[in-house]
Amino acid sequence: MIGAFVIAFREVIEAGLIVGIVMAATRGIAGRGRWIALGILGGLAGAALIALFAEKISDAFEGAGQDILNAAVLIVAVLMLIWHNTWMSKHGRELAGELRAAGDKVRTGQTTAAALALVVGAAILREGAELVLFLYGLVASGTSGLDIQFGALAGVAVGAALSSVSYFGLAAIPTRYVFSVTSALIIFLAAGLASQAAQFLLNAGVVTVLDRPLWNSAAILREDSLAGRVLHALVGYTDRPSVLQGVVYLGTILVMVALMQWSSADKRRQVRTV
Amino acid sequence: MTRPSHLLAAALTAGTLALGWPALAEDLPVIKVEMRDGEIIPNVIEVPANTRFKLEITNTGKSPVEFESTELKREKALAAGATSSIVFRTIDPGRYDVFDDFHPESKAVLVAK
Repeated sequence: MIGAFVIAFREVIEAGLIVGIVMAATRGIAGRGRWIALGILGGLAGAALIALFAEKISDAFEGAGQDILNAAVLIVAVLMLIWHNTWMSKHGRELAGELRAAGDKVRTGQTTAAALALVVGAAILREGAELVLFLYGLVASGTSGLDIQFGALAGVAVGAALSSVSYFGLAAIPTRYVFSVTSALIIFLAAGLASQAAQFLLNAGVVTVLDRPLWNSAAILREDSLAGRVLHALVGYTDRPSVLQGVVYLGTILVMVALMQWSSADKRRQVRTV
Repeated sequence: MTRPSHLLAAALTAGTLALGWPALAEDLPVIKVEMRDGEIIPNVIEVPANTRFKLEITNTGKSPVEFESTELKREKALAAGATSSIVFRTIDPGRYDVFDDFHPESKAVLVAK
């Protein structure tokens, strides 16, 4: 029962942390609840589909199907996070209520809410397929006892509860600062997802350069420990990154910071000319 | 909606480009592994080093399994009765720990020579 609990718990927490950050980052946007719910439902439906067709997907592209699908899903999520942070560095202060004259675009903020809904969907799709397979296997096999099934469901519940704690923790940050914090978190989140995508492309053989390990910190913090998994979900920690992962990680951070600088400078110019 | 949809289009294009890329497999060596409710058979998996090969994993047990190696950065979840494979491009000679992530007590070693 404990085993089932732990497995379900950690699968949920990896996607849950991302959902928590996204919820906090879309604070003040009208209708964001609907968008996020759409992302969660879409992600779950996609995860179920992937679990159902797991074998077919794996066999596609000479056995690289799963890696390529994972990379594609992650790349979409990264692009949406980059878009969101760029948008927020222009409109974040208006959302935070510092500037009175909030334009229509800000009041609705639909594009960025939609972009982040896609991120939520992608996160759940990625982590959820394994969980669906695990839970379905437990229930369908009929060989596992009630206590194991209970353990797994309790793991899902506690994982979801802890994820919402991460949201409420962020939500408790004063409005003026909350978007600075979520933007910073999203930079590392995006860099982590981008470097994971890079590793999937290496595994698939799509990219064949820079595949040597950069370092090995398994002796300090194992990636498959709970702390390692949480850091993996939040900032993309991995105990044996490849050189390509390191390059992609830093590159993503640089691109995001540059775009955010450009976007907020653009905003200042507009304010001055008005 | 225009800008995110542009990003999405770019991502899809990148994805499609990537899809066409992987080279065709000719006669890949196939190494078979059986997983049964927390048992990994054989317990020492011998594979060729520095060459492409296919690890064909079959779940012959009654519970779902997940073949995983953090060192090799590969994982594959399998429902009961399912067979699936992981294609490895190249592995340095050495010993790598593998385990069943859904049965945490299980352990095996993959030896590349």
